[in-house]
Amino acid sequence: MSTTDFGAFPAVTGGAYAAPATNEQATAPERPSWSNMKAPDARSQPNAAVAVTNGHRALKVFFANPNALFGTAFLALVIAVALLAPVLYPDDPLSMVGKPFLWPCQDPAFPLGTDSLGRDVLAGILHGSRISLFVGLVATALGLTFGVVVGAIAGYFGGWVDDLLVRLIEIFQTLPSFVLLVVLVAIVQPSATTVTLAIAVISWPTVARLTRAEFRAIREKDFVMAARSLGVGHGRIIFREILPNALPPIIVTSSVMVATAILMESALSFMGLGDPNVVSWGSMIGTGRELVRTAWYLTALPGLAIVFTVLALNLIGDGLNDALNPRFSQDR
Amino acid sequence: MPVLIRIARTLRRTLLQAVPTILGIVILNFFLLQLAPGDAADVLAGEAGSATEESVAALRARFGLDSPVLEQLATYLGNLAQFSLGFSPRYGMPVADLIAQRLPGTLTLMAVALLIAILLGVILGSLMATFAGRIPDRLLSVFSLLFYSIPSFWIGLMLIVLFSVKLGWLPSGGAGTIGSQLKGFPALLDKARYMVLPATSLALFYVAIYARLTRAAMLEVKNQDFVRTAYAKGLTPFGVTARHILRNALIPITTMAGMHIGGMLGGAVVVETVYSWPGLGRLAFEAVMGRDFTVLLGILLLSSLLVIIANAAVDLVHAWLDPRIGAR
Repeated sequence: MSTTDFGAFPAVTGGAYAAPATNEQATAPERPSWSNMKAPDARSQPNAAVAVTNGHRALKVFFANPNALFGTAFLALVIAVALLAPVLYPDDPLSMVGKPFLWPCQDPAFPLGTDSLGRDVLAGILHGSRISLFVGLVATALGLTFGVVVGAIAGYFGGWVDDLLVRLIEIFQTLPSFVLLVVLVAIVQPSATTVTLAIAVISWPTVARLTRAEFRAIREKDFVMAARSLGVGHGRIIFREILPNALPPIIVTSSVMVATAILMESALSFMGLGDPNVVSWGSMIGTGRELVRTAWYLTALPGLAIVFTVLALNLIGDGLNDALNPRFSQDR
Repeated sequence: MPVLIRIARTLRRTLLQAVPTILGIVILNFFLLQLAPGDAADVLAGEAGSATEESVAALRARFGLDSPVLEQLATYLGNLAQFSLGFSPRYGMPVADLIAQRLPGTLTLMAVALLIAILLGVILGSLMATFAGRIPDRLLSVFSLLFYSIPSFWIGLMLIVLFSVKLGWLPSGGAGTIGSQLKGFPALLDKARYMVLPATSLALFYVAIYARLTRAAMLEVKNQDFVRTAYAKGLTPFGVTARHILRNALIPITTMAGMHIGGMLGGAVVVETVYSWPGLGRLAFEAVMGRDFTVLLGILLLSSLLVIIANAAVDLVHAWLDPRIGAR
């Protein structure tokens, strides 16, 4: 059969291809492999159509899920709050504005009360959403980009490049990530930028591992063989042929990554390793902690903000998983 | 003795794989140490208070801090080979001793937390799988997601407010009653009382993971032929669940538990600061506050070793649980 010829094809990139080739032979009989061999330009046509309907189906499944809808709505609210915080509370949330230790609902001017220095808790929570979202989103974007690039290179090229990158990934996955994060931030003085970069440094290996696994599986598919036989370059195959098909699990992971990044940022600022000039939910809990016996609302309120934001992201991740991973949704 | 041979083969392969990883971590660790502001000479000079340019330079020469980086790396590796992690001027004792003092506290905390997490997780997951798709399943899955979203330090503080401040049932921090003369069982009970809250705060996050994992694994196994056979030969539903379904579902759970050791260590850093638990995490926190980088990097290195050992242990457990795994 002609597929075996194509199985030998990736040997251009290196010699160590015995295992994938046999692998490919084993999976080859599953479906007819000649469907788009004779008409190369028909290759993209049906694929694109399938992708679009899948996207529609996924969106439909996602928005039919009440949990996912709730998550999306709450996240939208947090984003709106983060954008509007400077308009609603133009003053610095770290400035003293009222009597200290006002409990929530005690004074209508401070609906969530004030802390030991008379700072408005509500203003702090609203402004705190900015740093949490900023760190969560930017760190995830950086981690995703780097992880996808490394995973794609390792999974696509294989051989010694793969061996080397897998070692690197393994090293980073062996180091306990939060301990590494604390060490990194402590060494390069804490600020919003360094915290973001450090979280990106510890989050890329998961993505890289996932992307690599996807790329290794998809690399052997017929449409990639077809693209290769047409003489399409490596870059184009990676980004135009394989990556779109590898995206679903990466998308699901990304929402959980944002959630984890927000949790990490809050834990760092709780330990006093956050940006000292910016109010964040974690640092509010950190300062409220000494007074937890008398004024526990100072700890409880910012914590609830973290819990609900992270919960919203996790609900979205769950919804995405059900929508993009049909194997799981059948179980339900 | 095929079991022993299988286990020995797994052990050899795991050890061979671990060597380059350890080397990579050590080198990374060394370069992080280079990156840290100030060096040991600066620290010692700072402690002494009256250092001149010349005396600092002399200190550098004595510790070999003025030699080329590669030479320093070689010395560092040589020291490590003798299990010397450096000296902490703050505590006035070798880092290795300092860590050895704190390690048992963290290990017990992690072990108890892992046990709680797996027990609760497997129970919740079995319930969810039994009622799959129905109301209890949906409720529990939202609950488990809630656990997954709560920062451990915050739930720790909230548990202190509820159980120590409001109800006064459990102590709010520490690892045992100071100056108590208890022996035997009462002493254990005393330790356990101090352990409950920190271990629970650390475990809650992982309960969610194990619950979902158990649910998925059980649903996957449920429809297989051997389960039908087990029912057909007249076993009770509980017997089938416990002996046939759960045992197979344990493989992914032990895999994950091994992967979580590193994460738990990180969680312990935060939880120990909340409960002033005398462990590695608390030491790490104090080292950060005192900018004691030798101690920090020693902790990082040792905790990575711990992760490698844990993973090797999981591999061995697998080789023992499932004969097919060692055969590779």
